Amino acid sequence: MITALKEFLTRPAAIIGTFMLGIVLVAAIFGPSLAPFDPYARIRVDPSDLFAPPDNVHLLGRDDAGKDIWSQLIYGARVSLVVGFAASLVSMGIGTTVGLVAGYYGGRVGNLLMRLVDFLMVVPDLPLMLVIIAVWGRGLFNIILVIGLLGWTYTARLVRSQTLSIKERQYILRARSIGASNQRIILRHILPQVLPLIVAQSVLDISASILAESSLSFLGLGDPNLISWGSMLNFAMDRGAVSRQAWWFLLPPGFAILWVTLSLILIGNSLEETVNPRTRSHHLFDARRMVSLILPVPQPAQPPSSAPQPIQDIK
Amino acid sequence: MIRFDYLLKKVLFAIITLSIVVVFNFFLFRILPGDPVKLLFRNPRLTKQVQETIRVQFGLDKPVWINSERLQAGDLAGIFDSQFGAYISNLVQGNLGVSFAQRNSVNKILSERVGRTVLLVFTGEFFAILIGMAVGMVAAWRRGTWADAAALLIGLTTWALPTFFLGIILLVLARGFLPTSGMVEPGLAKEGTLTYWLDVGRHLILPTITLAVGSASAYMLIMRSSVAEVLAEDYILTAKAKGLTTVQILRDHALKNAMLPMITIIALNLSYVVGGAIQVETVFSWPGIGRLVFDSVAKQDYPVLQGAFLLLAVSVILANLITDILYSVLDPRIKAS
Amino acid sequence: MTIALEVRHLSIDYVSKRQPLKAVEDVSFEVKQGRSLALVGESGCGKTTTMLALMRLLPREGRIVSGQILCNGVDLLQLSENQMRQYRWQRIGIVFQGAMNALNPVQKVGHQIAEAMVRHEQRSWKDASQRAGELMEIVGIQPERAQQYPHQFSGGMRQRVMIAMALACKPDILIADEPTTALDVMVQAQILEILQSLQKELGLAVIIVTHDLGVVAEVCDEVLVMYGGKTAEYGTVADVFSHPLHPYTRRLLQAFPDIDNLNSTLASIPGHPPALHDLPQGCRFEPRCARKSALCNTVSPSISELRADHFAACHHPEEGNYAN
Repeated sequence: MITALKEFLTRPAAIIGTFMLGIVLVAAIFGPSLAPFDPYARIRVDPSDLFAPPDNVHLLGRDDAGKDIWSQLIYGARVSLVVGFAASLVSMGIGTTVGLVAGYYGGRVGNLLMRLVDFLMVVPDLPLMLVIIAVWGRGLFNIILVIGLLGWTYTARLVRSQTLSIKERQYILRARSIGASNQRIILRHILPQVLPLIVAQSVLDISASILAESSLSFLGLGDPNLISWGSMLNFAMDRGAVSRQAWWFLLPPGFAILWVTLSLILIGNSLEETVNPRTRSHHLFDARRMVSLILPVPQPAQPPSSAPQPIQDIK
Repeated sequence: MIRFDYLLKKVLFAIITLSIVVVFNFFLFRILPGDPVKLLFRNPRLTKQVQETIRVQFGLDKPVWINSERLQAGDLAGIFDSQFGAYISNLVQGNLGVSFAQRNSVNKILSERVGRTVLLVFTGEFFAILIGMAVGMVAAWRRGTWADAAALLIGLTTWALPTFFLGIILLVLARGFLPTSGMVEPGLAKEGTLTYWLDVGRHLILPTITLAVGSASAYMLIMRSSVAEVLAEDYILTAKAKGLTTVQILRDHALKNAMLPMITIIALNLSYVVGGAIQVETVFSWPGIGRLVFDSVAKQDYPVLQGAFLLLAVSVILANLITDILYSVLDPRIKAS
Repeated sequence: MTIALEVRHLSIDYVSKRQPLKAVEDVSFEVKQGRSLALVGESGCGKTTTMLALMRLLPREGRIVSGQILCNGVDLLQLSENQMRQYRWQRIGIVFQGAMNALNPVQKVGHQIAEAMVRHEQRSWKDASQRAGELMEIVGIQPERAQQYPHQFSGGMRQRVMIAMALACKPDILIADEPTTALDVMVQAQILEILQSLQKELGLAVIIVTHDLGVVAEVCDEVLVMYGGKTAEYGTVADVFSHPLHPYTRRLLQAFPDIDNLNSTLASIPGHPPALHDLPQGCRFEPRCARKSALCNTVSPSISELRADHFAACHHPEEGNYAN
């Protein structure tokens, strides 16, 4: 575990990703004390404040209602991270359970579960989320639940395939033969083996969940009572920031989303490579180096002789 | 003939998937906040006459799932004289209901727009597949070099980029150079003329790029690892021992083997592309199904939303079925194992 | 008889982040046209590395650090990668292990056999496919099966396909990598018969890489025994098998059941072959050797011709049988 962590931290992508995520975490936790203005407060605005470009007080300018964009950006980190972590926790729970059950018990139940996974994989996610949220209502809880309930398929497949290979190993068979209960085998022997991969997959899930939330918010289905990066862009597009050329309203929320998703992808990818390294090298490399150490000797002026060459003593 | 079994299994799965989507769609419609009947009748745009027609057509005065009254009366066929029965029979006849927001049938609204989304998705996917696979292949072959690192970095970044935001960036950058909204300049030319289609082409550029980039990065990353895996196989060493050139090995031996997993990925990715199309059409006001979904959400036009979802789901499921069939043709191990 | 391939003082390293590993050190041998040589040793002894180096097919980390590989007087190690390609398959063909995934799973076998002819000899696909059918007949497969895919063939049949494929461009030299591994005994015999008849009838020089001394005794003329990346013993099969000079060869032969003398005891060799990153300073076999002396611990024995055409690298060679 310690060595895995050490190896993880030797990867540049992992360090950069962790650093990037750290900044967002700080913004999410200490948001209210970091942000210069409270974006939820009612403010008195002057017509000249609307779409005001960046200045010394308002670092990233103001939006269509005259509110400080920089502060909204900091507050938005909270929604993104809460949705991302909570939804992927739901996916992780369902995916792991389904994967373990389908992989360990197999049979009819396992088959049925995997068909359910196949089903969810072919049904288009975003339209389904849109329809459900449109019907259920646009609350934060609903959004988390929908994203979580639709996002566990990859985890389930991963856990199942790992479980399938682990359960055939000698020590599992031995544990079974001495009468260890299935539940015990799963929890004590299989789960710990699969857990590192689950964690790596879940980090990638967080970024997918954040992307899903921002898409929903951008399409007007975010929680109406919360400021999120996606809904900021929804407002920006809706209120004519494009025709006003208000780039300070259009670009920062998008880059904020990119920042956090990229950080999670960098971390997730590095984690995956750490716990599941693929070292096999391929055959089509530049082969010139193979003989580069051979000195170019002048071709000996001897015809291919038929007499066997004595093997000389070279020492 | 195991191949027949394989196809049968896939077709069966598609049918079951479709049925679940259909039932789900009905179910969702029934649990709308508020009574669907009242919701329908609150719509001031519908005349009394139309309302009555809908009432009869959708059996809104009947029980939701099964008609137990007629069942008790010993009428077995009458069991489906319910809202669900009416829904299914309407669906079978291709009737998706009437829009709340527009005075039009959902069928008409959808059929007007579906071609435009198909155009967008096909062009986008065409370029995404081409570019994604080419770059992924080169990255895998040049694994560990700066070219690979650059491809990986760009791939991961564009993968992390929300589709709608990429659209917004392009929209800001290209304003003034390229059309950023709609499908054609109104009043420019008659539909069907060359000028008309050229203008559609110009309008297609930004949405296509936006849609293609997301897919291309996914294809690139998967092709990269797929080719890298194939290039480590023994038969590549055989090909090298045969004295083939690198290009010949990549083209004749690596490509097809790496393509097989790609086909499945491209089909599965279609589910994301549909989501991307909704975002792209929203950003660029492309008048297709995606923009329709966005507008219907805003207007709470549930019949259109349900119809659009059904259409998208059916398309993706059928596309996956077609891919499965294609796969069985291309992979000899399924064809005759 | 002309010499088809001659290897002189070949040394191969594997570069890695930690330290370079000496995989093969100073190996020399030759194969004549129409004769066959066996490269023998335990896994990790360098025989596969040597074989791959003959066609310059080492993995990415492999470096040929010195030596010559002469094919009709041309040193393959001095060629450019492009020139080397012309030697592959046209002069040297290789039969990889049939158990391996050495055939492309999504191409018809006939196509795979014909491919090299199309690429090297500028034949048409039609012409090449016809010839592929003939080659398949030579190795005992019905030519109609050219339309089938590798997974439709059994292990032995796949091995035959590999042999037919290797013959496509009429090479002078045929390398066979563990040609009988993972095959059942009857099929092993058939494959060996094919290899032997090719050697005799087509006058091929055959190099067989194996750990199976039975194969060596049955089909090979010369044998090179490798241990820890170096040559332990080299000579004709008759000489080496009847009068082994190196203690390692002797133990190896004792570990192999002798069908003519069932009373002889089977003795495995205690210990393990040396790890490449931790090679002994002196003789590489010293830690496992029964005849070692203080000299063996510090000085690596050099190879020398102890008898006519019979070479060994040992300070204390076994002489018993020759003395008789």
